[in-house]
Amino acid sequence: MKTSSVKANARRVGSLLLTLAIWEWYGRGVDPLFFSYPTAILRAVPQMISVGELPEAFASSMQVLAVGWAISVVAGVALGLIMGRYPTANYLLDSQISALYAAPRVSLIPLIILWFGLGLRAKIVVVFLSAFFPVVINARAGVRNLPRSLIEIGLAESASEWQVFRKIVIPASFPYIMAGIRISVGRAVIGMIVAEMFTAITGLGGRIVLYSNRFATDRMLVVVVMLALLGVLLSQAVTLIEARAMPWRLTERARQ
Amino acid sequence: MQDRGPPAAFVDRVVRMSSGRATLELQGVTKRFGNSSSSLLVLDRISFGISDGEFVCLLGQSGCGKTTLLRIIAGLTDFEGLVSIDGTPIQGPGVDRSMVFQDYGLLPWRTVLGNIEFALEVRGFPKQERRAIAHEQIAKLGLSGFESHYPHQISGGMQQRVGLARALTKDPKILLMDEPFAAVDMQTREYLQDELLDIWRRIGTTVLFVTHSIEEAVYLSDRVLVMASGPGQVRADVPVDLPRPRSAAVTKSSIPYVELIRYLRLQLGGDSERGRPSGAPGSSRKGVV
Repeated sequence: MKTSSVKANARRVGSLLLTLAIWEWYGRGVDPLFFSYPTAILRAVPQMISVGELPEAFASSMQVLAVGWAISVVAGVALGLIMGRYPTANYLLDSQISALYAAPRVSLIPLIILWFGLGLRAKIVVVFLSAFFPVVINARAGVRNLPRSLIEIGLAESASEWQVFRKIVIPASFPYIMAGIRISVGRAVIGMIVAEMFTAITGLGGRIVLYSNRFATDRMLVVVVMLALLGVLLSQAVTLIEARAMPWRLTERARQ
Repeated sequence: MQDRGPPAAFVDRVVRMSSGRATLELQGVTKRFGNSSSSLLVLDRISFGISDGEFVCLLGQSGCGKTTLLRIIAGLTDFEGLVSIDGTPIQGPGVDRSMVFQDYGLLPWRTVLGNIEFALEVRGFPKQERRAIAHEQIAKLGLSGFESHYPHQISGGMQQRVGLARALTKDPKILLMDEPFAAVDMQTREYLQDELLDIWRRIGTTVLFVTHSIEEAVYLSDRVLVMASGPGQVRADVPVDLPRPRSAAVTKSSIPYVELIRYLRLQLGGDSERGRPSGAPGSSRKGVV
Protein backbone atom coordinates (compact mmCIF):
# COMPACT_ATOMS: atom_id res chain seq x y z
CA MET A 1 0.00 0.00 0.00
CA LYS A 2 2.76 2.40 0.99
CA THR A 3 5.09 1.46 -1.84
CA SER A 4 2.30 1.84 -4.40
CA SER A 5 1.56 5.36 -3.15
CA VAL A 6 5.25 6.24 -3.45
CA LYS A 7 5.16 4.86 -6.97
CA ALA A 8 2.06 6.88 -7.82
CA ASN A 9 3.69 10.03 -6.47
CA ALA A 10 6.82 9.38 -8.50
CA ARG A 11 4.71 9.09 -11.64
CA ARG A 12 2.94 12.31 -10.82
CA VAL A 13 6.18 14.24 -10.34
CA GLY A 14 7.57 12.65 -13.51
CA SER A 15 4.56 13.77 -15.53
CA LEU A 16 4.85 17.29 -14.13
CA LEU A 17 8.55 17.48 -14.99
CA LEU A 18 7.86 16.26 -18.50
CA THR A 19 5.22 18.97 -19.00
CA LEU A 20 7.67 21.62 -17.76
CA ALA A 21 10.38 20.27 -20.05
CA ILE A 22 8.13 20.46 -23.11
CA TRP A 23 7.10 23.98 -22.11
CA GLU A 24 10.76 24.97 -21.70
CA TRP A 25 11.74 23.47 -25.04
CA TYR A 26 8.81 25.05 -26.90
CA GLY A 27 9.03 28.40 -25.05
CA ARG A 28 12.68 28.91 -25.91
CA GLY A 29 11.80 28.81 -29.61
CA VAL A 30 9.14 31.54 -29.37
CA ASP A 31 9.69 35.31 -29.44
CA PRO A 32 9.82 36.40 -25.73
CA LEU A 33 7.28 39.11 -26.52
CA PHE A 34 4.63 36.46 -27.04
CA PHE A 35 5.53 33.64 -24.67
CA SER A 36 7.97 32.64 -22.01
CA TYR A 37 9.35 29.47 -20.47
CA PRO A 38 9.76 28.10 -16.93
CA THR A 39 13.40 29.06 -16.27
CA ALA A 40 12.85 32.61 -17.58
CA ILE A 41 9.76 32.94 -15.40
CA LEU A 42 11.72 31.73 -12.41
CA ARG A 43 14.49 34.25 -13.15
CA ALA A 44 11.96 37.10 -13.23
CA VAL A 45 10.76 36.40 -9.68
CA PRO A 46 13.70 37.81 -7.62
CA GLN A 47 13.71 41.05 -9.62
CA MET A 48 10.00 41.52 -9.09
CA ILE A 49 10.32 40.87 -5.37
CA SER A 50 13.33 43.13 -4.90
CA VAL A 51 11.62 46.19 -6.37
CA GLY A 52 8.67 45.40 -4.14
CA GLU A 53 6.04 45.38 -6.87
CA LEU A 54 5.08 41.75 -6.38
CA PRO A 55 4.65 41.75 -2.56
CA GLU A 56 2.68 44.97 -2.78
CA ALA A 57 0.33 43.63 -5.44
CA PHE A 58 -0.03 40.39 -3.53
CA ALA A 59 -0.98 42.13 -0.29
CA SER A 60 -3.51 44.30 -2.05
CA SER A 61 -5.10 41.29 -3.74
CA MET A 62 -5.23 39.23 -0.57
CA GLN A 63 -7.13 41.97 1.18
CA VAL A 64 -9.82 41.94 -1.51
CA LEU A 65 -9.91 38.15 -1.57
CA ALA A 66 -10.06 37.61 2.18
CA VAL A 67 -12.84 40.10 2.87
CA GLY A 68 -14.97 39.15 -0.13
CA TRP A 69 -14.57 35.44 0.39
CA ALA A 70 -15.23 35.60 4.13
CA ILE A 71 -18.46 37.50 3.59
CA SER A 72 -19.59 35.07 0.90
CA VAL A 73 -18.91 32.04 3.11
CA VAL A 74 -20.68 33.42 6.18
CA ALA A 75 -23.67 34.79 4.27
CA GLY A 76 -23.81 31.81 1.91
CA VAL A 77 -23.80 29.16 4.64
CA ALA A 78 -26.43 31.01 6.65
CA LEU A 79 -28.74 31.58 3.71
CA GLY A 80 -28.23 28.07 2.32
CA LEU A 81 -29.08 26.44 5.64
CA ILE A 82 -32.19 28.58 6.05
CA MET A 83 -33.36 27.96 2.49
CA GLY A 84 -32.74 24.23 2.86
CA ARG A 85 -34.60 23.90 6.12
CA TYR A 86 -37.52 26.30 5.58
CA PRO A 87 -39.53 25.75 2.38
CA THR A 88 -41.06 29.22 2.66
CA ALA A 89 -37.66 30.89 2.55
CA ASN A 90 -36.67 28.75 -0.38
CA TYR A 91 -39.95 29.47 -2.16
CA LEU A 92 -39.46 33.20 -1.73
CA LEU A 93 -35.77 33.40 -2.68
CA ASP A 94 -35.15 30.54 -5.08
CA SER A 95 -35.92 32.54 -8.27
CA GLN A 96 -33.70 35.43 -7.28
CA ILE A 97 -30.79 33.14 -6.41
CA SER A 98 -31.17 31.14 -9.61
CA ALA A 99 -31.40 34.26 -11.77
CA LEU A 100 -28.31 35.84 -10.22
CA TYR A 101 -26.45 32.56 -10.43
CA ALA A 102 -27.34 32.08 -14.10
CA ALA A 103 -26.38 35.64 -15.12
CA PRO A 104 -22.69 36.06 -15.98
CA ARG A 105 -21.48 38.02 -12.99
CA VAL A 106 -19.01 39.96 -15.15
CA SER A 107 -21.97 41.64 -16.83
CA LEU A 108 -22.84 43.23 -13.50
CA ILE A 109 -19.49 44.98 -13.17
CA PRO A 110 -20.60 48.25 -14.82
CA LEU A 111 -23.50 48.38 -12.38
CA ILE A 112 -21.23 47.58 -9.45
CA ILE A 113 -18.90 50.40 -10.50
CA LEU A 114 -21.85 52.81 -10.64
CA TRP A 115 -22.87 51.84 -7.14
CA PHE A 116 -19.60 51.25 -5.37
CA GLY A 117 -17.02 53.15 -7.44
CA LEU A 118 -13.72 51.73 -8.58
CA GLY A 119 -12.09 51.10 -5.22
CA LEU A 120 -11.87 48.35 -2.64
CA ARG A 121 -15.59 48.15 -1.99
CA ALA A 122 -16.44 47.42 -5.61
CA LYS A 123 -13.79 44.68 -5.75
CA ILE A 124 -15.09 43.06 -2.59
CA VAL A 125 -18.58 43.02 -4.07
CA VAL A 126 -17.29 41.31 -7.22
CA VAL A 127 -15.45 38.65 -5.19
CA PHE A 128 -18.54 38.15 -3.05
CA LEU A 129 -20.78 37.65 -6.08
CA SER A 130 -18.35 35.15 -7.57
CA ALA A 131 -17.93 33.02 -4.47
CA PHE A 132 -21.36 33.31 -2.86
CA PHE A 133 -23.48 31.00 -5.03
CA PRO A 134 -21.61 27.70 -4.74
CA VAL A 135 -21.74 28.13 -0.97
CA VAL A 136 -25.50 28.81 -0.86
CA ILE A 137 -26.38 26.08 -3.30
CA ASN A 138 -24.26 23.44 -1.61
CA ALA A 139 -25.42 24.29 1.90
CA ARG A 140 -29.01 24.12 0.74
CA ALA A 141 -28.41 20.78 -1.00
CA GLY A 142 -26.82 19.46 2.18
CA VAL A 143 -29.88 20.25 4.25
CA ARG A 144 -32.23 18.89 1.63
CA ASN A 145 -30.39 15.60 1.24
CA LEU A 146 -30.38 15.04 4.94
CA PRO A 147 -32.16 11.77 5.71
CA ARG A 148 -35.43 12.28 7.52
CA SER A 149 -34.38 9.60 10.00
CA LEU A 150 -31.62 11.87 11.37
CA ILE A 151 -34.12 14.64 12.07
CA GLU A 152 -36.40 12.14 13.75
CA ILE A 153 -33.71 11.20 16.24
CA GLY A 154 -34.05 14.77 17.48
CA LEU A 155 -37.83 14.91 17.22
CA ALA A 156 -38.21 11.67 19.17
CA GLU A 157 -36.29 13.34 22.00
CA SER A 158 -38.64 16.37 21.84
CA ALA A 159 -35.79 18.59 20.68
CA SER A 160 -36.77 22.17 19.85
CA GLU A 161 -36.46 23.42 16.28
CA TRP A 162 -33.34 25.35 17.24
CA GLN A 163 -31.79 22.24 18.80
CA VAL A 164 -32.61 20.18 15.71
CA PHE A 165 -31.06 22.90 13.57
CA ARG A 166 -27.92 23.27 15.63
CA LYS A 167 -27.31 19.69 16.72
CA ILE A 168 -28.49 17.79 13.65
CA VAL A 169 -29.06 19.93 10.54
CA ILE A 170 -25.75 21.83 10.68
CA PRO A 171 -23.41 18.93 11.48
CA ALA A 172 -25.22 16.64 9.04
CA SER A 173 -24.85 19.15 6.19
CA PHE A 174 -21.24 19.88 7.04
CA PRO A 175 -19.73 17.76 4.24
CA TYR A 176 -21.83 19.62 1.68
CA ILE A 177 -21.04 22.99 3.22
CA MET A 178 -17.32 22.29 3.02
CA ALA A 179 -17.62 21.12 -0.59
CA GLY A 180 -19.32 24.43 -1.42
CA ILE A 181 -16.59 26.37 0.35
CA ARG A 182 -13.93 24.45 -1.54
CA ILE A 183 -15.55 25.33 -4.88
CA SER A 184 -15.98 28.93 -3.80
CA VAL A 185 -12.23 29.43 -3.23
CA GLY A 186 -11.51 29.12 -6.92
CA ARG A 187 -14.46 31.35 -7.79
CA ALA A 188 -13.24 33.96 -5.33
CA VAL A 189 -9.79 34.04 -6.95
CA ILE A 190 -11.40 34.47 -10.38
CA GLY A 191 -13.60 37.26 -9.02
CA MET A 192 -10.58 38.97 -7.52
CA ILE A 193 -8.64 38.99 -10.82
CA VAL A 194 -11.68 40.10 -12.82
CA ALA A 195 -12.31 42.91 -10.35
CA GLU A 196 -8.71 44.06 -10.50
CA MET A 197 -8.77 44.11 -14.28
CA PHE A 198 -12.11 45.85 -14.73
CA THR A 199 -12.31 48.31 -11.84
CA ALA A 200 -9.32 50.34 -10.66
CA ILE A 201 -6.34 48.39 -11.94
CA THR A 202 -4.54 47.11 -8.83
CA GLY A 203 -3.17 43.99 -7.25
CA LEU A 204 -2.19 40.83 -9.09
CA GLY A 205 -4.90 41.28 -11.73
CA GLY A 206 -3.60 44.80 -12.31
CA ARG A 207 -0.06 43.47 -12.68
CA ILE A 208 -1.20 41.05 -15.40
CA VAL A 209 -2.72 43.94 -17.35
CA LEU A 210 0.35 46.08 -16.83
CA TYR A 211 2.95 43.46 -17.80
CA SER A 212 1.06 42.35 -20.86
CA ASN A 213 0.74 45.96 -22.03
CA ARG A 214 4.51 46.23 -21.69
CA PHE A 215 5.02 42.87 -23.41
CA ALA A 216 6.80 41.63 -20.27
CA THR A 217 5.36 38.20 -20.89
CA ASP A 218 7.68 36.43 -18.44
CA ARG A 219 6.56 38.70 -15.58
CA MET A 220 2.94 38.33 -16.54
CA LEU A 221 3.30 34.55 -16.40
CA VAL A 222 4.91 34.83 -12.96
CA VAL A 223 1.62 36.26 -11.73
CA VAL A 224 -0.38 33.57 -13.52
CA VAL A 225 1.70 30.81 -11.94
CA MET A 226 1.30 32.49 -8.55
CA LEU A 227 -2.46 32.52 -8.98
CA ALA A 228 -2.47 28.84 -9.88
CA LEU A 229 -0.45 28.05 -6.77
CA LEU A 230 -2.72 30.24 -4.66
CA GLY A 231 -5.80 28.42 -5.87
CA VAL A 232 -4.30 25.01 -5.17
CA LEU A 233 -3.04 26.03 -1.73
CA LEU A 234 -6.32 27.55 -0.61
CA SER A 235 -8.26 24.54 -1.83
CA GLN A 236 -5.86 22.24 0.03
CA ALA A 237 -6.26 24.33 3.16
CA VAL A 238 -10.02 23.92 3.00
CA THR A 239 -9.62 20.16 2.57
CA LEU A 240 -7.34 20.09 5.60
CA ILE A 241 -9.83 22.01 7.72
CA GLU A 242 -12.55 19.67 6.49
CA ALA A 243 -10.61 16.62 7.64
CA ARG A 244 -9.86 18.13 11.04
CA ALA A 245 -13.44 19.20 11.61
CA MET A 246 -14.87 15.84 10.61
CA PRO A 247 -12.75 13.07 12.11
CA TRP A 248 -15.71 10.69 11.81
CA ARG A 249 -15.71 11.18 8.07
CA LEU A 250 -12.01 10.61 7.70
CA THR A 251 -12.05 7.21 9.39
CA GLU A 252 -15.27 6.35 7.58
CA ARG A 253 -13.52 6.89 4.27
CA ALA A 254 -10.40 5.06 5.35
CA ARG A 255 -12.48 2.00 6.12
CA GLN A 256 -14.10 1.85 2.71
CA MET B 1 -59.75 5.08 31.68
CA GLN B 2 -60.85 1.61 30.88
CA ASP B 3 -58.10 -0.95 30.70
CA ARG B 4 -58.61 -4.42 29.41
CA GLY B 5 -56.17 -5.59 32.09
CA PRO B 6 -53.29 -7.98 31.73
CA PRO B 7 -54.04 -11.43 30.39
CA ALA B 8 -54.52 -13.87 33.20
CA ALA B 9 -51.88 -16.11 31.73
CA PHE B 10 -48.92 -14.49 33.39
CA VAL B 11 -49.05 -13.49 36.98
CA ASP B 12 -45.69 -14.55 38.19
CA ARG B 13 -43.33 -11.69 37.49
CA VAL B 14 -40.03 -10.66 38.99
CA VAL B 15 -40.22 -7.78 41.45
CA ARG B 16 -39.55 -4.49 39.72
CA MET B 17 -36.91 -2.07 40.90
CA SER B 18 -37.97 1.03 39.05
CA SER B 19 -41.27 2.84 38.71
CA GLY B 20 -40.53 3.79 35.12
CA ARG B 21 -43.55 2.23 33.50
CA ALA B 22 -46.97 3.24 32.34
CA THR B 23 -50.12 1.96 30.73
CA LEU B 24 -50.66 2.65 27.08
CA GLU B 25 -54.09 2.87 25.52
CA LEU B 26 -55.02 3.19 21.85
CA GLN B 27 -58.55 4.01 20.78
CA GLY B 28 -59.62 4.02 17.16
CA VAL B 29 -56.20 4.97 15.86
CA THR B 30 -56.48 5.58 12.13
CA LYS B 31 -53.86 6.75 9.68
CA ARG B 32 -54.20 7.86 6.10
CA PHE B 33 -51.38 8.75 3.76
CA GLY B 34 -51.96 11.37 1.09
CA ASN B 35 -54.50 14.17 0.80
CA SER B 36 -58.24 14.01 1.31
CA SER B 37 -59.10 13.42 -2.34
CA SER B 38 -56.85 10.41 -2.82
CA SER B 39 -55.72 8.85 0.38
CA LEU B 40 -54.49 5.44 1.34
CA LEU B 41 -55.87 3.97 4.53
CA VAL B 42 -52.88 2.49 6.34
CA LEU B 43 -54.25 1.89 9.81
CA ASP B 44 -57.95 1.31 10.40
CA ARG B 45 -59.39 2.03 13.86
CA ILE B 46 -56.82 0.23 15.95
CA SER B 47 -57.61 -0.15 19.63
CA PHE B 48 -55.71 -2.00 22.32
CA GLY B 49 -54.24 -1.46 25.73
CA ILE B 50 -50.96 -2.38 27.33
CA SER B 51 -50.72 -2.52 31.08
CA ASP B 52 -47.76 -1.14 32.92
CA GLY B 53 -44.61 -3.19 32.82
CA GLU B 54 -45.94 -5.41 30.10
CA PHE B 55 -43.76 -6.55 27.20
CA VAL B 56 -45.88 -6.61 24.05
CA CYS B 57 -44.81 -7.50 20.54
CA LEU B 58 -46.50 -6.13 17.49
CA LEU B 59 -46.12 -8.86 14.89
CA GLY B 60 -46.83 -8.44 11.22
CA GLN B 61 -45.46 -8.75 7.74
CA SER B 62 -43.69 -5.82 6.13
CA GLY B 63 -46.09 -3.19 4.92
CA CYS B 64 -48.82 -3.91 7.45
CA GLY B 65 -48.34 -0.56 9.14
CA LYS B 66 -46.73 -1.75 12.36
CA THR B 67 -43.88 0.72 12.11
CA THR B 68 -46.35 3.52 11.33
CA LEU B 69 -48.28 2.57 14.44
CA LEU B 70 -45.12 2.74 16.52
CA ARG B 71 -44.24 6.13 15.05
CA ILE B 72 -47.70 7.37 15.97
CA ILE B 73 -47.18 6.31 19.57
CA ALA B 74 -43.72 7.92 19.54
CA GLY B 75 -45.39 11.16 18.47
CA LEU B 76 -43.52 11.34 15.19
CA THR B 77 -46.53 11.46 12.91
CA ASP B 78 -50.09 12.75 13.02
CA PHE B 79 -53.13 10.46 13.18
CA GLU B 80 -56.82 10.23 13.95
CA GLY B 81 -58.01 8.67 17.17
CA LEU B 82 -56.60 8.67 20.64
CA VAL B 83 -53.35 7.46 22.18
CA SER B 84 -53.04 7.92 25.91
CA ILE B 85 -50.38 7.16 28.47
CA ASP B 86 -51.56 6.66 32.03
CA GLY B 87 -54.83 8.19 30.88
CA THR B 88 -53.34 11.34 29.39
CA PRO B 89 -53.61 11.77 25.61
CA ILE B 90 -50.23 12.26 23.94
CA GLN B 91 -49.33 15.49 22.20
CA GLY B 92 -46.35 14.71 20.00
CA PRO B 93 -43.14 13.20 21.35
CA GLY B 94 -42.52 13.13 25.08
CA VAL B 95 -39.91 12.27 27.66
CA ASP B 96 -42.08 9.41 28.90
CA ARG B 97 -41.35 7.47 25.70
CA SER B 98 -38.07 6.36 24.15
CA MET B 99 -37.70 5.09 20.64
CA VAL B 100 -35.15 2.54 19.47
CA PHE B 101 -34.84 2.65 15.69
CA GLN B 102 -34.28 -0.20 13.28
CA ASP B 103 -31.26 1.52 11.72
CA TYR B 104 -29.95 2.26 15.23
CA GLY B 105 -30.75 5.98 15.02
CA LEU B 106 -27.23 7.19 15.72
CA LEU B 107 -25.68 10.50 14.72
CA PRO B 108 -22.58 9.57 12.69
CA TRP B 109 -20.61 12.64 13.78
CA ARG B 110 -21.02 11.86 17.46
CA THR B 111 -19.03 9.30 19.37
CA VAL B 112 -20.67 6.50 21.32
CA LEU B 113 -20.63 8.70 24.42
CA GLY B 114 -21.96 11.70 22.49
CA ASN B 115 -24.80 9.65 21.07
CA ILE B 116 -25.80 8.25 24.43
CA GLU B 117 -25.71 11.72 25.98
CA PHE B 118 -27.84 13.21 23.22
CA ALA B 119 -31.25 12.65 24.81
CA LEU B 120 -30.14 14.23 28.09
CA GLU B 121 -28.30 17.04 26.32
CA VAL B 122 -31.48 18.00 24.49
CA ARG B 123 -33.30 18.07 27.79
CA GLY B 124 -30.73 20.47 29.22
CA PHE B 125 -29.00 18.20 31.74
CA PRO B 126 -25.73 19.68 32.99
CA LYS B 127 -22.69 18.08 31.41
CA GLN B 128 -21.44 16.28 34.50
CA GLU B 129 -24.79 14.77 35.30
CA ARG B 130 -25.50 13.51 31.82
CA ARG B 131 -22.00 12.11 31.55
CA ALA B 132 -22.49 10.17 34.76
CA ILE B 133 -25.80 8.73 33.53
CA ALA B 134 -24.29 7.89 30.14
CA HIS B 135 -21.37 6.09 31.76
CA GLU B 136 -23.79 4.08 33.85
CA GLN B 137 -25.57 2.90 30.69
CA ILE B 138 -22.25 2.27 28.94
CA ALA B 139 -21.22 -0.05 31.75
CA LYS B 140 -24.63 -1.76 31.80
CA LEU B 141 -24.62 -2.47 28.09
CA GLY B 142 -21.01 -3.61 27.86
CA LEU B 143 -19.84 -0.63 25.85
CA SER B 144 -16.93 0.27 28.12
CA GLY B 145 -13.82 1.08 26.15
CA PHE B 146 -15.80 2.18 23.11
CA GLU B 147 -16.86 5.61 24.42
CA SER B 148 -14.85 7.56 21.88
CA HIS B 149 -15.56 5.33 18.88
CA TYR B 150 -17.72 6.62 16.08
CA PRO B 151 -20.77 4.53 15.09
CA HIS B 152 -19.25 3.27 11.84
CA GLN B 153 -16.26 1.92 13.78
CA ILE B 154 -18.34 -0.56 15.76
CA SER B 155 -20.49 -3.54 14.75
CA GLY B 156 -24.22 -3.41 14.14
CA GLY B 157 -24.90 -5.19 17.41
CA MET B 158 -22.80 -2.62 19.27
CA GLN B 159 -24.53 0.22 17.46
CA GLN B 160 -27.92 -1.04 18.53
CA ARG B 161 -26.65 -1.28 22.08
CA VAL B 162 -25.74 2.40 21.83
CA GLY B 163 -29.25 3.12 20.55
CA LEU B 164 -30.72 1.21 23.48
CA ALA B 165 -28.38 2.93 25.94
CA ARG B 166 -29.49 6.34 24.71
CA ALA B 167 -33.15 5.31 24.97
CA LEU B 168 -32.60 4.18 28.56
CA THR B 169 -30.84 7.35 29.76
CA LYS B 170 -34.24 9.04 29.84
CA ASP B 171 -35.59 6.38 32.20
CA PRO B 172 -38.63 6.10 29.93
CA LYS B 173 -41.98 4.76 31.04
CA ILE B 174 -42.53 3.19 27.65
CA LEU B 175 -39.85 1.78 25.41
CA LEU B 176 -40.80 1.68 21.73
CA MET B 177 -38.64 -0.60 19.64
CA ASP B 178 -38.90 -0.72 15.86
CA GLU B 179 -37.46 -4.05 14.65
CA PRO B 180 -34.31 -3.19 16.56
CA PHE B 181 -32.52 -6.46 15.88
CA ALA B 182 -33.60 -6.97 12.27
CA ALA B 183 -30.32 -5.78 10.80
CA VAL B 184 -27.89 -7.80 12.90
CA ASP B 185 -26.78 -11.38 12.37
CA MET B 186 -28.57 -14.30 13.99
CA GLN B 187 -26.12 -14.92 16.82
CA THR B 188 -25.88 -11.26 17.80
CA ARG B 189 -29.61 -11.08 17.59
CA GLU B 190 -30.14 -13.88 20.10
CA TYR B 191 -27.56 -12.35 22.38
CA LEU B 192 -29.23 -8.93 22.20
CA GLN B 193 -32.64 -10.48 22.87
CA ASP B 194 -31.37 -12.01 26.10
CA GLU B 195 -29.72 -8.75 27.02
CA LEU B 196 -32.92 -6.84 26.43
CA LEU B 197 -34.91 -9.31 28.55
CA ASP B 198 -32.35 -8.94 31.29
CA ILE B 199 -32.54 -5.15 31.24
CA TRP B 200 -36.30 -5.21 31.12
CA ARG B 201 -36.41 -7.59 34.09
CA ARG B 202 -34.37 -5.09 36.07
CA ILE B 203 -36.09 -1.83 35.11
CA GLY B 204 -39.58 -3.10 34.37
CA THR B 205 -40.41 -0.57 31.68
CA THR B 206 -43.45 -1.08 29.49
CA VAL B 207 -42.19 -2.28 26.10
CA LEU B 208 -43.85 -2.23 22.72
CA PHE B 209 -41.64 -4.15 20.31
CA VAL B 210 -42.28 -4.30 16.58
CA THR B 211 -41.03 -7.36 14.73
CA HIS B 212 -41.81 -9.55 11.75
CA SER B 213 -40.22 -12.59 13.35
CA ILE B 214 -42.66 -14.96 15.04
CA GLU B 215 -39.86 -16.59 17.04
CA GLU B 216 -38.65 -13.26 18.33
CA ALA B 217 -42.16 -12.17 19.30
CA VAL B 218 -42.85 -15.37 21.25
CA TYR B 219 -39.47 -15.48 22.93
CA LEU B 220 -39.59 -11.91 24.17
CA SER B 221 -43.13 -10.96 24.97
CA ASP B 222 -45.97 -11.37 27.41
CA ARG B 223 -48.44 -10.83 24.63
CA VAL B 224 -48.36 -10.77 20.86
CA LEU B 225 -50.59 -8.50 18.80
CA VAL B 226 -50.85 -9.88 15.29
CA MET B 227 -51.35 -7.25 12.63
CA ALA B 228 -53.00 -7.75 9.27
CA SER B 229 -52.43 -5.43 6.36
CA GLY B 230 -54.50 -3.58 3.80
CA PRO B 231 -55.55 -1.63 5.88
CA GLY B 232 -53.61 -2.39 9.03
CA GLN B 233 -55.67 -3.88 11.81
CA VAL B 234 -55.01 -6.00 14.86
CA ARG B 235 -56.12 -9.47 13.88
CA ALA B 236 -55.33 -11.35 17.06
CA ASP B 237 -54.25 -10.74 20.62
CA VAL B 238 -52.32 -13.76 21.84
CA PRO B 239 -51.04 -14.14 25.42
CA VAL B 240 -47.64 -15.79 25.76
CA ASP B 241 -47.65 -17.72 29.01
CA LEU B 242 -44.11 -19.01 28.93
CA PRO B 243 -42.32 -18.88 32.29
CA ARG B 244 -39.69 -16.22 32.96
CA PRO B 245 -36.79 -15.77 33.08
CA ARG B 246 -36.50 -17.28 29.66
CA SER B 247 -33.44 -18.70 28.00
CA ALA B 248 -32.92 -19.85 24.46
CA ALA B 249 -31.88 -23.34 25.54
CA VAL B 250 -34.90 -24.02 27.74
CA THR B 251 -37.65 -21.83 26.35
CA LYS B 252 -37.14 -22.54 22.68
CA SER B 253 -37.30 -26.29 23.14
CA SER B 254 -40.44 -26.24 25.28
CA ILE B 255 -43.66 -27.54 23.82
CA PRO B 256 -45.75 -24.41 24.60
CA TYR B 257 -43.18 -22.33 22.70
CA VAL B 258 -43.40 -24.51 19.64
CA GLU B 259 -47.18 -24.56 19.81
CA LEU B 260 -47.38 -20.79 20.13
CA ILE B 261 -45.21 -20.37 17.08
CA ARG B 262 -47.40 -22.77 15.15
CA TYR B 263 -50.51 -20.95 16.28
CA LEU B 264 -49.12 -17.52 15.40
CA ARG B 265 -48.04 -18.75 12.01
CA LEU B 266 -51.64 -19.68 11.36
CA GLN B 267 -52.81 -16.31 12.63
CA LEU B 268 -50.35 -14.45 10.48
CA GLY B 269 -51.53 -16.43 7.45
CA GLY B 270 -50.15 -16.35 3.96
CA ASP B 271 -46.68 -17.11 5.21
CA SER B 272 -45.91 -18.81 1.94
CA GLU B 273 -42.14 -18.68 2.38
CA ARG B 274 -42.22 -21.32 5.03
CA GLY B 275 -45.10 -23.28 3.53
CA ARG B 276 -48.40 -22.93 5.27
CA PRO B 277 -49.11 -25.59 7.86
CA SER B 278 -52.16 -27.73 7.22
CA GLY B 279 -55.35 -26.23 8.49
CA ALA B 280 -54.40 -22.63 7.85
CA PRO B 281 -57.51 -20.48 7.88
CA GLY B 282 -58.54 -19.58 4.35
CA SER B 283 -56.17 -18.15 1.84
CA SER B 284 -56.87 -14.48 2.33
CA ARG B 285 -54.05 -12.44 3.80
CA LYS B 286 -56.48 -9.66 4.37
CA GLY B 287 -58.72 -11.58 6.73
CA VAL B 288 -59.99 -9.66 9.72
CA VAL B 289 -60.67 -10.75 13.24
